[in-house]
Amino acid sequence: MPIPSPFHPRTSALCTSLFWKEWAGYHAVRSFDTSHEREYFAFRHAAGLIDVSPLYKYEVKGPGAAALLSLVMVKDIRKLKQGRVTYLCWCDDDGKVADDGTVSRLDDDHFRVTAAEPALAWLRRHAGRFDVTIDDVSTKLGALALQGPNARAILEQVVSGKIASLKFFAVMRTKLAGTPVWISRTGYTGDLGYEIWIERDDALKVWDAVMEAGKPYRIEPAGIDALDVARVEAGFIMNGVDYFSAHHCAIEAKKSTPYELGLGRTVNLEREPFIGQAALRAELKRGSTWALVGLVYDWDEYEALFAEHDLPPQVPAGAWRSGVPVYDENADAVGQATSGAWSPLLKKNLALATVPARMAKPGTKLQVEVTVEYRRRQVTATVAALPFFDPERKRA
Amino acid sequence: MTPPAGKPTRSSYDVIVVGGGHNGLVAAAYLAKAGQRVLVLERRHVLGGAAVSEELHPGFTFSVCSYVVSLFRPHIIRDLDLPRHGLEIIPLECSFLPLPDGRSLARWGDKELTRREIASFSEHDAEIYPEFGLAMGKLARFARHIIDHPAPDPASLRPGELRKLLRLGNAMRDFDDDLRYLNLQLLSMSAVDFLDRWFESPVLKAPMSVSGIIGTFLGVRSPGTAYVLLHHYMGEIDGAFRAWGFAKGGTGRLSESIAAAARELGAEILTSAPVARLLQKGGKAHGVALENGDEIRARAVVSGLDPRRTFLGMVGEQNLDPAFVNQIKRYKFRGSSGKVNLAVDRLPSFSCRPGDGLHLRGDIAIGPSVDYLERAYDQAKYGDFSERPYLNVVIPSLVDPSVAPPGKHVISCFVQYAPYDIKEGASQWPARREAFGDAVVDTLAEYCPGLKESILYRQVLTPWDLEQEFGLSEGNIFHGELSLEQLLFLRPAAGWSRYRTPVKGLWLGSSGAHPGGGIMGAPGELCARMLLASGEL
Repeated sequence: MPIPSPFHPRTSALCTSLFWKEWAGYHAVRSFDTSHEREYFAFRHAAGLIDVSPLYKYEVKGPGAAALLSLVMVKDIRKLKQGRVTYLCWCDDDGKVADDGTVSRLDDDHFRVTAAEPALAWLRRHAGRFDVTIDDVSTKLGALALQGPNARAILEQVVSGKIASLKFFAVMRTKLAGTPVWISRTGYTGDLGYEIWIERDDALKVWDAVMEAGKPYRIEPAGIDALDVARVEAGFIMNGVDYFSAHHCAIEAKKSTPYELGLGRTVNLEREPFIGQAALRAELKRGSTWALVGLVYDWDEYEALFAEHDLPPQVPAGAWRSGVPVYDENADAVGQATSGAWSPLLKKNLALATVPARMAKPGTKLQVEVTVEYRRRQVTATVAALPFFDPERKRA
Repeated sequence: MTPPAGKPTRSSYDVIVVGGGHNGLVAAAYLAKAGQRVLVLERRHVLGGAAVSEELHPGFTFSVCSYVVSLFRPHIIRDLDLPRHGLEIIPLECSFLPLPDGRSLARWGDKELTRREIASFSEHDAEIYPEFGLAMGKLARFARHIIDHPAPDPASLRPGELRKLLRLGNAMRDFDDDLRYLNLQLLSMSAVDFLDRWFESPVLKAPMSVSGIIGTFLGVRSPGTAYVLLHHYMGEIDGAFRAWGFAKGGTGRLSESIAAAARELGAEILTSAPVARLLQKGGKAHGVALENGDEIRARAVVSGLDPRRTFLGMVGEQNLDPAFVNQIKRYKFRGSSGKVNLAVDRLPSFSCRPGDGLHLRGDIAIGPSVDYLERAYDQAKYGDFSERPYLNVVIPSLVDPSVAPPGKHVISCFVQYAPYDIKEGASQWPARREAFGDAVVDTLAEYCPGLKESILYRQVLTPWDLEQEFGLSEGNIFHGELSLEQLLFLRPAAGWSRYRTPVKGLWLGSSGAHPGGGIMGAPGELCARMLLASGEL
């Protein structure tokens, strides 16, 4: 039975659709209205406020914190400057990805790790020789993501610190409506946006202040469905959907490496030993087997499949995570599209897919399965560079 | 975003596009994409033609003329990668009809909610409404075949043309009998008569019938208006048949995104560069002369102007066959609409549904009954603007906060009827302009008490202004009425619907060509494709 998040009193009052799902053991709103459309457009045109409290959160403190995280993570955390956040993944001993998340350096020896799955045991297992304390603050901290072009203007109304100068992937300690919070310029929409980290007891105060300040900026409370479309456009992968944690895979074939997931840029390979280093080094030398790519469906072919039934083309109403096979020109199944969405912004059918590395070059034509009138068919899909949507305002 | 006016970098081009409206820009982009050297010449200081955004009051961006995007071809968005160049379209959420008696009707994307709203007026209509939508959707799909291809010419015996006609016939044959009759009814009936066959509630029929008269000088009971209803059902913003939408940042953002795509593809675009005339010799175009006297050569010229300004203006009557000139002179413009744009310091509140709400996030129709609409038309027939006109109101700042300061709003009112030929004479419109603006504000204020006090700025555009400022002859927003006798192979003149003109090397790629007006982009695209396929470049 899922439990309520610290924001539940507000989100449940607003969720007139009663459209909920379970997220990491919590009740999470899928969409506040019967359709997620308005919330999606708020992310892209105004601002959407989404409760992301279900994320797992850990505080790692002490003189050995940077060294421990550098051992566990694929990135050299000792180089992370204070007040900065970094996106990365961590692997098992075989260099297979266990999870992806962020590490924030809140102070010289104070870090916060976010994760999609529990990571306490994994961190503790490697903490032995380091002088650190590791706290699971998952239930202690509430988290809100405010995403969209107006996010900055809204926070400027309620935050005492200089939010305007907070750079992409930076984090600051400040007060929001008098309440101490951490604000990081991060998010899962690929747009201008912030995440706010709050003590659970202060959660509602912060929600109310942000919603009130956001009113003239057309803020909308948003749910997971809208986020899911935005994250596909942004090309962000999801643990449990686009890949599976090495800790839970029954078979080797289901595991992935950072390079195979397009997370190679997060790996600092040449440094002191870290978990998975040897395997990753070998992979880099040998070449990866798989690659995670973006796919764009050929619209004319897609439309023609529907026209065969005298139907107008129907696009998926929301993001999908069901997974479908991807074929090469010989009709051999070579990979899988693991999630996708119709992009209302780009007017394109998009998917994230895992394909053989040799087929990962942008422009490569593949075939992807679609179901039209109960029949399984194929349309051409072209490999595209990620992200699909990358507005300047995200970094500006 | 508007590029500075400048000089062309060359003295000759492959193609010159006259007019930087959305169709001209689409044509330029497709031609540049095919490797042609293209120059676009726009008379005004800003691109977009009638698809333009301007900050007329500090902090308030108005979609000055066109205000919703519905028919813009999705494949053009993909072909030109317009989202990367700044195009974002946000759907309208509902159609709202306030009534003077305190009741109101809102139609939504949410089918069950719509059913309940209509049922409060008629249980019967609530049940029939989705069926009607389905039938119209089928017809609209047929119409889509037509708008995405050059019009077939029934007078031609060329096998290619006959095949095209046959294909259309086949598409029609796939209809069952009911649908075929429906199609004939649509072509011949008035919007109201047609809707009478489906619905009983006048409250539903009034706003639905209005789609039949937009941009025409006809009333909702005039025969032939049923066909124009269909256009409402062709509104597709997602390739699938769906709702209408706003371009983020105003309609001009659409034009700017096409211009950005065209420039990236190599086209040159100049503003404040009015063209005086076509350079021609022996019935063949070879460039244009600017008003400043500069002459620029090109192997082909694409006109983004309407047929009158193209042929009677740029080409010159004396250079054309008299029979063709007659056809162009008979081509009907008869502008019947105006536009009032308001900047307000607070959201309007309707007495029938007070306060902020989702009902304000779509289009709002002022036109509570069929009789109201007919009375509005009556006044126009005799040379007056309607004292109580039909209004189509949108508040884009509600879904796109970038167009107004926080908490403030822009209101766009499309107004019908405002006949170009008022009885004082069209040129006397400036003297009546503010009275016309007052009639519009008074009308809206009857439903929104407090509106007048909230107005910070008002822009009133009469049909005369649309002609003088935006080059729309007689203020017709579609480059000529979208009536049956001026559509398909008859647009703009019999025998000349395929973007070619009697002047060799001059092509027509504007809304005055098939498939006509609205922010569609299809005439520009199809013109470019036909020109590229002609072998003349």
